[in-house]
Amino acid sequence: MDNLPQIVSVLGDGIPETVIATLGGVLLTIVLSFGAGLLLLSPSRTVRGVTRVYVEGFRGTSEVVQLFWIYFVLPVLVGFQLLPLFAGIVVLGLNHGAYGAEIVRGAIRSVPRAQYEGAIALSLSPAQRMRRVIFPQAFVEMLPPFNNLFIQLLKSTAILALITVPEVTRQAREVLIPNYGSDTLLIFGVTFVIYLVLAGLITLGMRLLERVASARLGRRPSRAARQAAKATAGVAS
Amino acid sequence: MPPPDTTASTPGSTTEPMIVFDGVEKRFGSNVVLKDLSFTVAPGEHVTLIGPSGSGKTTILRLLMTLEQLDEGTISVGGRYLSHELRGGKLTPPREKYLRDVRKHIGMVFQQFNLFPNMTVRGNLIEGPTRVLGLSKAEANSRAEELLDLVGLKEKIDAHPTQLSGGQQQRVAIARALAMRPDVLLLDEVTSALDPELVTGVLKLLQDIGESTDITILCVTHEMGFARDFSHRVMMFDGGRVLEDAPPDKLFTDPDHQRTKDFLHAVLDH
Repeated sequence: MDNLPQIVSVLGDGIPETVIATLGGVLLTIVLSFGAGLLLLSPSRTVRGVTRVYVEGFRGTSEVVQLFWIYFVLPVLVGFQLLPLFAGIVVLGLNHGAYGAEIVRGAIRSVPRAQYEGAIALSLSPAQRMRRVIFPQAFVEMLPPFNNLFIQLLKSTAILALITVPEVTRQAREVLIPNYGSDTLLIFGVTFVIYLVLAGLITLGMRLLERVASARLGRRPSRAARQAAKATAGVAS
Repeated sequence: MPPPDTTASTPGSTTEPMIVFDGVEKRFGSNVVLKDLSFTVAPGEHVTLIGPSGSGKTTILRLLMTLEQLDEGTISVGGRYLSHELRGGKLTPPREKYLRDVRKHIGMVFQQFNLFPNMTVRGNLIEGPTRVLGLSKAEANSRAEELLDLVGLKEKIDAHPTQLSGGQQQRVAIARALAMRPDVLLLDEVTSALDPELVTGVLKLLQDIGESTDITILCVTHEMGFARDFSHRVMMFDGGRVLEDAPPDKLFTDPDHQRTKDFLHAVLDH
């Protein structure tokens, strides 16, 4: 316990790297998920086929091996070494984007056919149907699975330790263990807590987003509506 | 039948039929739903389609809304082909852009309302007019308010569809279809999903709309009393064909076919 302050301080030094990797990975995941998810619904077989190759390719191979490829093999092939943190973000994004594409595709497919027909009956164009009617409804359905995916991405940032990114796990293994070897329990205990707190923050953010999105679908009254109802009830009683 | 004019005519101003089905066939796999179907509907006419389930009534409405494609024959509305696009004197499969233009003149009200849950009542009503017809927000809003007044839901303009009863949702759906100022309105079993006590109000509303506008209305319903009061003509369908086509007084009291008698007996008895 004596070493707790040093342990916390060294692990804390790794938090910015972990957070940057997570945020960068999430950002790239979002872009790729929506891009590839929509392409998976394209009427063109070729477009769907090419997108499928990306999705299955990244879902079906090891994330660690992908990381080694981009960090160790790519430089040999093109003679250019990516910064470790940047390479890590690219792999996290590509990998989780492949899962996210299926989330987006599935959510859009789950919007009832009746909604498309309602939009056709109003003569909306295919793009308007998607943007104005289908996508907003699908979006709410995507949030819980994306919450999962983002938490998984956060935990995956630990593999960046393998390519020298000084994030939380690498700080624990490479800096703390050699110096405070007897405090293994404490070192990895604090590491656990750090991931747990960061995952909690992701969940908090996603829940908020979910609440806003549901309110817009009228599934749950918005805060303003609830307060108005309360105020009216107060007047009535 | 004269070939439909490809230029947009002002429907209702001529004696040309508003809707023309010519030799229409529709198959789902090997199941023939409509067989060599030909009929016309005059501008402003109210036609009710009745018949046993699976006789193809709803398919006719869905073909008119371009929710289904036909296999044989042609359909035209307001003098323009709906099933095809006339290009260089030839009938070709319609392109999306052309379809959207023809579709603008047709409105549909569905059994399950199909309101957009991601928009308020107002949003549902102004979406088509602003995005498709190019009305300004203000114009679309005043049109929405007017129509909600007509259907008796003015105070619900900022509610979400989920906060409304089935009957209220269907009234909003009717208002939404009317907001597009369609020449043709398709009513697909619009009261079938409603609680019995809500049916009368919706039918009364449709009756009023029928009387106060010159919209051509095609209606599929199991409400025979409504069909009788509302329609100029009733078509009895059986096995993808029109078995009998007559004014309601004749069809409901003295049908020519035994099959029609049996059907009416069955629906009126239950």
